[in-house]
Amino acid sequence: MEFTFTSKQEMLRKAAREFAEREVAPRVQEMDETGEVPMDLVKKMFDLGFGGLLIPQEYGGSGMGHVARMIVIEEISRISPPLGFTLQIVHLGQAPVIYFGSEEQKRKWLPELAKGALIASSAVTEPTGGSDVLGIQTTARKEGDEWVISGRKCFITNAHFSNIHGVLAKTGDREFSYFMVEADRPGVKLGRKEDKFGLRGCVTGEIAFDEVRVPEENLVGSPGKGLRVALASISNVGRPGVAAVALGILRRCLEEAAKYAKERKLYGKPISDLQAIQWKLTDIYMDYQTSWLLVYYAAWLRDQNIRVDAENAMCKLWATEAAVRAAKLLTEVFGAYGVLREYVPQRLLRDAQVLIPSAGTSDIMRVVMARKALEFSP
Amino acid sequence: MPYELVVCIKQVPDPRFISRIRINPETKTIIREGVPAVINPLDKHALEEALRIREQHGGRVTVVSMGPLQAEDACKEALAMGADRAVLITDRRLAGSDTLATALALSKAIRRIGGFDLVLCGAETVDGSTGQVPPQLAEFLGVPHVTRVFSLALKGREAEAKAALEYGYRRVLLRLPAVVSVIREINEPRIPSVSGILRAHQIPVEKWTIEDIGLSEDEAGIKGSPTIVSDVYEIEVRRKREVFQGPPEEAARWLFERIVSVLGG
Repeated sequence: MEFTFTSKQEMLRKAAREFAEREVAPRVQEMDETGEVPMDLVKKMFDLGFGGLLIPQEYGGSGMGHVARMIVIEEISRISPPLGFTLQIVHLGQAPVIYFGSEEQKRKWLPELAKGALIASSAVTEPTGGSDVLGIQTTARKEGDEWVISGRKCFITNAHFSNIHGVLAKTGDREFSYFMVEADRPGVKLGRKEDKFGLRGCVTGEIAFDEVRVPEENLVGSPGKGLRVALASISNVGRPGVAAVALGILRRCLEEAAKYAKERKLYGKPISDLQAIQWKLTDIYMDYQTSWLLVYYAAWLRDQNIRVDAENAMCKLWATEAAVRAAKLLTEVFGAYGVLREYVPQRLLRDAQVLIPSAGTSDIMRVVMARKALEFSP
Repeated sequence: MPYELVVCIKQVPDPRFISRIRINPETKTIIREGVPAVINPLDKHALEEALRIREQHGGRVTVVSMGPLQAEDACKEALAMGADRAVLITDRRLAGSDTLATALALSKAIRRIGGFDLVLCGAETVDGSTGQVPPQLAEFLGVPHVTRVFSLALKGREAEAKAALEYGYRRVLLRLPAVVSVIREINEPRIPSVSGILRAHQIPVEKWTIEDIGLSEDEAGIKGSPTIVSDVYEIEVRRKREVFQGPPEEAARWLFERIVSVLGG
């Protein structure tokens, strides 16, 4: 058993932390107030190579893998959960091409995706179904060498600055296919940007596809097998990504709670001397540590190419719910200061809550895990 | 024209954890255990300047460090930022070196590296804070130097440096080769990229002993250090307090006048 990071991973954590503390921290307030995505920071993340962690070296990425990706998302989310979330969706958008693309598609798109010349969204969810993927109504019909896509997608993160969209569309009875659709194709229209109470500074919104024509070579994976492309990407990249954002929030909660408890004096001594406060801190600590183990264990399994749908769901459920608990406890440690907008606790609480329905609610995570749990019957 | 650039770096306790740093009352040295180590902040500015010179003019950047084996991490970080080569002078017999012994060892290592056009250093370290090594190094190398530089431009065999003084700056023209020590205003050091980190792990850090650089045992470590640290103590910081008692309007006026007088208005 081995619980240490490699020297490369340690160095990566240091670089990500330096980026977050030096470049991101001064922008956090502005992001929360305006809800605007800081595109210059997105570009910097690509320049530093954070966008290409899952893309193999032969296609222009670093291939550092899943553990490395968790490290970077945790560190950025420790300072800015919305920017960490934006980055995790960048990876999610790449996943279908990395894991299901043909050699030709990988050569065409991955080098561009690694350097950020292309940013891909993952447009699966619709008003009539996200976790219920069979409820998806967007269709794609074959006309000659082309596919014609029509439908509407919602809750799509990064939609408004992605220049290529990954789209799951119905291509037959209970049959779906996955397409990469360039954002400048006629008929692709951006809809509303949602006004979320948390993760502000990370854009989520609608995309409509009105008779959009794409060539056959834009279909990723086998025709009719698109559901697997979408679900495997969400399971292996989307859910762990959300969990890593939660981990960053948990870490921050622990740091802020410990710092405040040692500084704030009541009854003539720091409130960290009070057992009531200590118990809140230990609860946050336990939630951080258990989430850490689940998140990095699942990532390590994925790096060994071991199928881990249940572990991905478990780390997502556990870390996101733990982040909400921890952020709530942090607000309490801060007393009345905790609810003021100029202090960090309320922001972390708002950010954490947005993670619960992202990439599948906790209930859906339990559905995923139940299959594995039932396998334990001797 | 391309330049041969050498950057001296030192691994020091992370200044952000300064409150955790303790001094050993027996040896008068810093207890480094339990405090994360980083590249001395000003040395990173020196490295950044060397990397920018290389990007503009071409050439090669070699970092040199002296310290225990753990200092290899600092060398690796320098490689990740973009240095081409890293040398660590590491030898138990160097323990206890003062600035003179350190500068001598660095100068011998730099001579072994080969010809150089410019040696860049941080103006001082956060742990020792003497600022003596760069000038001593220049003396041992027999070249001109300028300290506390915040702007540097190279042209052919000359360098134009702006160096900070207490109230203003000096403009200094230097003939190369030379030694320059820099302050933080000179640039903003880059953050290592993922590709830099991967590259750093393909370049081995060269480790040299005192024999490798031609330093005798008498010149190394405590034996080669004429400085005696007679005492080291922690400064106790106390706030000066003044209390004014009286009605609010008078208190406000008194406070206003105090602020104005402190600001020298």
